[in-house]
Amino acid sequence: MYKTPDGKEIFVLDGHVHFWDGSPENQANVHGKQFIDCFYAYHTNLSPEDQLWEKAKFEKYSEEDIYRDLFVDGPDDMAIIQTTVLRDFYKEGFGCLERSHEMAKRHPERFIVNGSFDPRDGEKALEYIHWMKETFDIKGVKMYTAEWNGGSKGWALNDPAAYKCFELCDKLGIRNIHVHKGPTIIPLSKDAFSVDDVDYAATDFQNLNWIVEHCGLPRLDDFCWIATQETNVYAGLAVAMPFIHSRPRYFGEVMAELLWWVGEDKILFGSDYAIWTPQWLVEKFWNYQIPEDISAERSGVQLTDAIKEKILGLNAAKLYDVDVEAMKTQLAGAPVQIAAE
Amino acid sequence: MFIATLKAECELEVWDCLSAVSDPELDEPITDMDFVQSVEVSEDLFVRVEFRLPTYWCSPNFAFLMAFGIRSEVMALPWVRGMTVHLRDHCFGDEVNDGVNSGRPFHEIFAESCGGAVLNEVVETFMAKAFDRRQEALLLALRAEGRSDAAITAMTLAALKRVRFTGPEELRQLPRYLELLAVKGLAPGGDAPAFPTWDGERIAPDGLQAHMGRLRSTRINMEFNGALCRGLGATRYKEVAIGPEGPTLVDFIAGRVPPREATDAGR
Repeated sequence: MYKTPDGKEIFVLDGHVHFWDGSPENQANVHGKQFIDCFYAYHTNLSPEDQLWEKAKFEKYSEEDIYRDLFVDGPDDMAIIQTTVLRDFYKEGFGCLERSHEMAKRHPERFIVNGSFDPRDGEKALEYIHWMKETFDIKGVKMYTAEWNGGSKGWALNDPAAYKCFELCDKLGIRNIHVHKGPTIIPLSKDAFSVDDVDYAATDFQNLNWIVEHCGLPRLDDFCWIATQETNVYAGLAVAMPFIHSRPRYFGEVMAELLWWVGEDKILFGSDYAIWTPQWLVEKFWNYQIPEDISAERSGVQLTDAIKEKILGLNAAKLYDVDVEAMKTQLAGAPVQIAAE
Repeated sequence: MFIATLKAECELEVWDCLSAVSDPELDEPITDMDFVQSVEVSEDLFVRVEFRLPTYWCSPNFAFLMAFGIRSEVMALPWVRGMTVHLRDHCFGDEVNDGVNSGRPFHEIFAESCGGAVLNEVVETFMAKAFDRRQEALLLALRAEGRSDAAITAMTLAALKRVRFTGPEELRQLPRYLELLAVKGLAPGGDAPAFPTWDGERIAPDGLQAHMGRLRSTRINMEFNGALCRGLGATRYKEVAIGPEGPTLVDFIAGRVPPREATDAGR
């Protein structure tokens, strides 16, 4: 719950958090080391200085850390944990469904844990989707189209094998497909993070919601174009958010484009924890206004309080069938537990 | 005899010529981005250039383009007898280094290593983006001076060259814009329009607003990369130390870019 300066309580559903193990013990090779090092550079580059973590904590943080950073020190009411396996880089995987689920079951009312699959696994991917649904009743998945798999350095959402998987998701009611379309952090054919495949997949799977994480940056214009054509395409703000601190005017330009093209009902807040923590992001976001000259270029679009409230939680709540009022009451009855240390 | 001062002069000359190589995605000189780590000229006039990108994962085709650019610029210096390029700490480093130093045509190496991508097409794509970005800087400056859309779209190349820009960004971008106009043959004479599109179309006065919306999109994308690359490059070799004053960033790689005394100490 974020409490505004004038006392209003804002429901925060953090659409993009991780529970990872990037520690040296878990790294399978140099790529695993370089992957967490790259995340750490994101953290050190775009965080306010007083929010910086030491490397060892960043590589592997505890169940207590995530709970405290999101819900005790942070304003999140609920958080969606995204799975990023990276099994070619990490012995036990980087962010795994099982490990996240073990952590989350201590506070089931707080977490939504999403799965993940790799369509290139063929029949096994389909079996795995069944297993994830039956075992964990997942409501969504995170897709990482640039993940390596043997000789392959990436795949597209409209590959035939992927379509089989999405057909199954549709059938099983796994409706939220989060797609990483963001900065190039894995080597790949040049198009692995192109957003064109979202266009095909979103058209062909109208029952599924396509949440494009990192709002397609650095291909914001392509993404906006697609999102205006498709009613079921959403923008996730992870990685765009921290620019609010380091380059606030730039953040304003991105928000103006998104509000103009994609619209206030289809933008989702995400902290990308543990790269960044939600406390400072939400606070700065609530106090942020798009600079007037930038807003004027887009017919005066602005981040009003009502729009901020949608972005911070209400939009994601709709996608995940969270009854916000009921959840507020439930959480008020079970306030955050601060573990004795 | 190859004396120390001559060596130093040669090395400076190499540094200078490397500023003509840009990061294709950002349209910024690699020397401004601090990508070039070291330049060495041997007594027999062989050059060795080491460079490094902001992350281990930077797209390999950009790495190839920069490595090719480095090689072309250095080999164009009349006194150079030979050269090698070394990309450090990159997931595709071996492939890039083997390719660029093999002496084989760049387009072959590129197609082989980047999934069949056609070198010229990729270069053209990035030139188009660079053109948009440079043009936008000038258009914004002209509008800020109070010039009308009609006056701007009617402006000739000769008239553009007479404008006395004062802002640092437009002063920097004007020669770079003129260079791309010339490379692409977009403004063949002084009376040609100064602001065509990259495809050579004229912009109508009532089309300038929409055109600038498109240029803005290009810039937003490029700035995202630029901000990340600069920042990630700056922090890639740093870690956090928590002291009595709170957290601070500490460099753990000594000696980057010239003057360079230590060699990779602490790694």
